[in-house]
Amino acid sequence: MKTPRIFVPNDATAIACGADKVFGKLKDALAARGVTYDIVRNGSRGLFWLEPLIEIETPAGRVGYGPVKPSDVESLLEAGFVNGAPHPLCVGLVEEIPFLKKQTRLTFARCGIIDPLSLDDYKAHGGYKGFERAVALGPAATVEEVFESGLRGRGGAGFPTGIKWRTVAAAPADQRYIVCNADEGDSGTFADRLIMEADPFCLIEGMTIAGLAVGATKGFVYCRSEYPLSYAVMEKAIAIARQAGLLGRNIAGSGVDFDMEMRLGAGAYVCGEETALLDSLEGKRGVVRAKPPLPAHKGLFGRPTVINNLISLATVPVILEKGGKFYKDFGMGRSRGTMPIQLAGNIKHGGLFETAFGIPLGELIYDIGGGTASGRPVRAVQAGGPLGAYLPTSQFDTPFDYEAFAAKDALIGHGGIVVFDDTVDMAHMAKFAMEFCAHESCGKCTPCRIGSTRGVETIDKVIAGERRDANLVVLRDLCNTMKLGSLCALGGFTPYPVLSALNHFPEDFGAAPKLPQAAE
Amino acid sequence: MPILHALQETFGFVPEPAVPMIAETLNLSRAEVWGVVTFYHDFRREPAGRHVVKLCAAEACQSMGSTALAAYAEEKLGVAMGETSADGRVTLEPIYCLGLCACAPSAMVNGQLLGRLDTAAIDEIAHDIARDGAKEMAR
Ligand SMILES: Cc1cc2nc3c(=O)[nH]c(=O)nc-3n(C[C@H](O)[C@H](O)[C@H](O)COP(=O)(O)O)c2cc1C
Ligand code: SF4
Ligand code: FES
Repeated sequence: MKTPRIFVPNDATAIACGADKVFGKLKDALAARGVTYDIVRNGSRGLFWLEPLIEIETPAGRVGYGPVKPSDVESLLEAGFVNGAPHPLCVGLVEEIPFLKKQTRLTFARCGIIDPLSLDDYKAHGGYKGFERAVALGPAATVEEVFESGLRGRGGAGFPTGIKWRTVAAAPADQRYIVCNADEGDSGTFADRLIMEADPFCLIEGMTIAGLAVGATKGFVYCRSEYPLSYAVMEKAIAIARQAGLLGRNIAGSGVDFDMEMRLGAGAYVCGEETALLDSLEGKRGVVRAKPPLPAHKGLFGRPTVINNLISLATVPVILEKGGKFYKDFGMGRSRGTMPIQLAGNIKHGGLFETAFGIPLGELIYDIGGGTASGRPVRAVQAGGPLGAYLPTSQFDTPFDYEAFAAKDALIGHGGIVVFDDTVDMAHMAKFAMEFCAHESCGKCTPCRIGSTRGVETIDKVIAGERRDANLVVLRDLCNTMKLGSLCALGGFTPYPVLSALNHFPEDFGAAPKLPQAAE
Repeated sequence: MPILHALQETFGFVPEPAVPMIAETLNLSRAEVWGVVTFYHDFRREPAGRHVVKLCAAEACQSMGSTALAAYAEEKLGVAMGETSADGRVTLEPIYCLGLCACAPSAMVNGQLLGRLDTAAIDEIAHDIARDGAKEMAR
């Protein structure tokens, strides 16, 4: 009989919580007992509050134990965890954990299940089926399949991916490029990171399909420097794919040529903006360019370029495998398919929750996330990263949908939700939004560069109680100027977290608290 | 940028004399190369401390008390945020999100990721750094 496999995550969050030490301890303890087991370093399921989550194969399915500390290893072995035996850390069958069971995993279907660097595992779980179908369909029909799926860019702006691809495919050129935006700078987000560390071939396949679709033979992944593990896993996966003939010339005998490389960012948030990213890829300062020309016409090195968020690209294989119509049938309104929602901050069950669009915000925070980690009442959440609005609990009925959020002056962005309990000082958070903008501004527009610094000073005065009313007027004016006079969303959207904090939580700015019925 | 990353990897910072050499090789002006070095937060123009402690200062970590923890770390490590201690032992800096936001607060200490930080974890970091310093003194 084959011995069951043990899974110990090799994911940045799991490692930050001790997974490498647990792995070492487990290996030694098994060796001391003279038994050998196949220990797989899987990615993560994205159930981060349970990390490090060790899993063992049993006839009934994979049984999990977590969060495991190195000091728990002995007692786990004593209890017989290798047979799926009970233990205080046992969470039962992993697939039955409500947080996972309630999800619709399309993009993240393989995450945590497979060995990230095993092509056999990848293919056994549907890998390269999408590519095969794209080859059979041909370039034009592949673009149309993506269009049909209704997929909108997951980087923040929500632009239809199919239209972007059509534009690039139609632009005359001797060379086109695929660029993957893996700059994932938003606080509260880790979806890109999870794909790179748990299912890197999915991104490689997605970019290869994009290359086939628009006639690009070369791709780059721009990965932020804060993700050293992601970068290392991707480099290995690319080398493996190349070795297996899945990158390079005439991929798997299909006649398609495509190859790709990793590039490392250098700690500049603004380089997530697509034109700044392209400049950075070219080795320049990451300064935002005015559009037009669109990157789809004149992108990297002046050539037509598809620049997509990593999740947009990693969703392409499942769309091609199952069809655009299959994907489109999930979701609501103009938000089609699924979104990896990332629950972060002060939340009991933090992690990645992929689900069809339309789920109400409150359900995510309370039913899925279990409320705050501190056990105190939720006061606010910030959705969509540092440029996204703060929402009070009175807005928790808002469905997770691009248009519904926009109607509340809020952002879905890249799908991050950061929860704060009632100890949060919203004036401080507003000030932080301005500080962040000042720190990360590329410097091109005065309202962003100077306005944000003035914003910090003004909020400081408000906090100090200095001519409060007059300074709040100044702050609103400044926000207005930034909204109108900024070239990109860094300057243009920083006012949203600031104004939402001020509008929903005026008491933190020393103003009279608003009446409950004036919630909207 | 790969060149600058490589330099920083080797020297721990981008030495100024390297700038004209890069400029010449890539057929760029010195100002252009220097402009790139200064634009990105990652590139150092001076060597960092022997230990580098980067504490996440972004929103999700703040929601779990990273601001108070940063003040505690400043006190324990004896160095202000954004600075290197006078003895060159330790640099303490903010970093904006490590993607560990579901296990906040988080940090990167000499390249190692740490999540679910508390004061005890900071004590341990400070202790390790102090012990290392003592070893260096003995040498
Ligand atoms: C300041 C700023 C930061 C951004 N950061 C990111 C990022 O980290 N990742 C990302 O995919 N898009 C980011 N974007 C959005 C990109 O400009 C662009 O819309 C996206 O890469 C397009 O891909 P998509 O259509 O697949 O979403 C950012 C935009 C701005 C203005
Ligand atoms: S808004 Fe700010 S970051 Fe964006 S282009 Fe203008 S100065 Fe640069
Ligand atoms: S906000 Fe600190 S790790 Fe993301």
